Amino acid sequence: MIIATNVSKKFGSLQALNNLSVTCNKGECIALIGPNGSGKTTFIKTILGMVVCDSGFITFNGNNINNNWQYRSGIGYMPQIGRYPENMTIGQVFDMMKDIRKASVVLPYDEDLIRNFNLNNLLNKRMRTLSGGTKQKVSAALAFMFNPDVLILDEPTAGLDPVSSEILKEKILLEKSKGKLILISSHILSELDDLVTQVIYMQDGALCFHKTIEQLQADTGENKLAKAIAQVMQQ
Amino acid sequence: MKKVIKYVIIDILRNKIMLGYTLFLFILSMSIFSLEDNAAKGLLGLLNIILIIVPLVSLIFSTIYVYNSAEFIELLVSQPLQRKTIWMSLFTGLASSMMLAFLAGAGIPVLIYQPDATGFMMILIGELLSVIFVAIALLAAVKTRDKAKGIGAAILLWLYFSLLFDGFILFLLFQFSDYPIEKIMVGVSMLNPIDLGRILILLKMDISAMMGYTGAIFKDFFGTGTGMSLSFLVLIVWIVLPLALSVRNFKRKDL
Repeated sequence: MIIATNVSKKFGSLQALNNLSVTCNKGECIALIGPNGSGKTTFIKTILGMVVCDSGFITFNGNNINNNWQYRSGIGYMPQIGRYPENMTIGQVFDMMKDIRKASVVLPYDEDLIRNFNLNNLLNKRMRTLSGGTKQKVSAALAFMFNPDVLILDEPTAGLDPVSSEILKEKILLEKSKGKLILISSHILSELDDLVTQVIYMQDGALCFHKTIEQLQADTGENKLAKAIAQVMQQ
Repeated sequence: MKKVIKYVIIDILRNKIMLGYTLFLFILSMSIFSLEDNAAKGLLGLLNIILIIVPLVSLIFSTIYVYNSAEFIELLVSQPLQRKTIWMSLFTGLASSMMLAFLAGAGIPVLIYQPDATGFMMILIGELLSVIFVAIALLAAVKTRDKAKGIGAAILLWLYFSLLFDGFILFLLFQFSDYPIEKIMVGVSMLNPIDLGRILILLKMDISAMMGYTGAIFKDFFGTGTGMSLSFLVLIVWIVLPLALSVRNFKRKDL
């Protein structure tokens, strides 16, 4: 579904992405793992077209994403740090996004997360008054709202309380069972154990390996993802 | 595109600065017209103030607005929207609210006191200058990532267009006073939309006789239909060129 071919990106002298080639298919749930500054967020942003790569290309369903924008209607994106217009209320942000995306969406809107996070009681709160965790909840609700085929979640559980984080995990599992492609970048590996089917490990903007979880377990002899990755990092 | 414009305009209209700007223009124009017993004189006084204020407010407000909308832009870019659409909506929203503010603030008093060709020319130039400086502000804002630098650049641009350029013209006039540079001056005046606007309005006021030989040359050129259409064409270029450059820059920008 998403195929990145030799993607490179430089920010000044920093090589953020270095000849990265990755293939992601429908029905997979992929963990994007790597140390801080290894280019995970940059890779996610290049898929979304927020960062334009210097060389290489990315295709989405066989179409080059360069100068293409319709493909983003099939993506739900939850940013690492959600930034929203400060003067708008939560309700207005939801309405605006519905307004912008309604042309391409499969109705009805998926409002499970709004219900489960109890965002309905906060609809009149302005974005600038929200705590970091509540903003994360809004981001998550927006990512799932339009029934996208692909979900891209950048550190989804960072800043969420344990209950909300469990609600989000349940939701991700539900969407996974519908056969969607899910990309998760996270540092909390213990949370990914029962979610992911594949692991992409990045370092310094380059791909270290892309394996299924079974293969990783077989190669390292560890059952838990956290331990397996720790063993890889030590090598 | 309409949807995004709607949200931009709602956001700008909620901004109290826009209301203040309209009120300020209105009070200013009303008081100038009621101070002078001759409406034409009042128009001349208003002209000088408007040529300073309109570019300044358009430029600074638009630059700050673009920086403050960084979150909004980032949110929209990750959605199924074309980058060009986002940027053009931002431009359309800013330009139309600036035009509306000018029309309500300065346009209404001018129409009350001086509803003739000169008054209409004044309103037209004011509207065009509002849009031109929104376009220039967008270019300044997209070129610089740093907010302080971007606003600094906008202030410098304003200084250049309203003060430094005139100094440069005076310098040229004095240095080359022995040569027949009047025709060249016509060309040079095209390089500054504020000057171009001033000349167009002054010529409509029929006081070009006071500007001496240069005024005669200007009248000869700008007074004709060709000269007039050419100057408006140049003013349009002053909108289209910065806007096109800023769209090109925004398309490649990393957010």
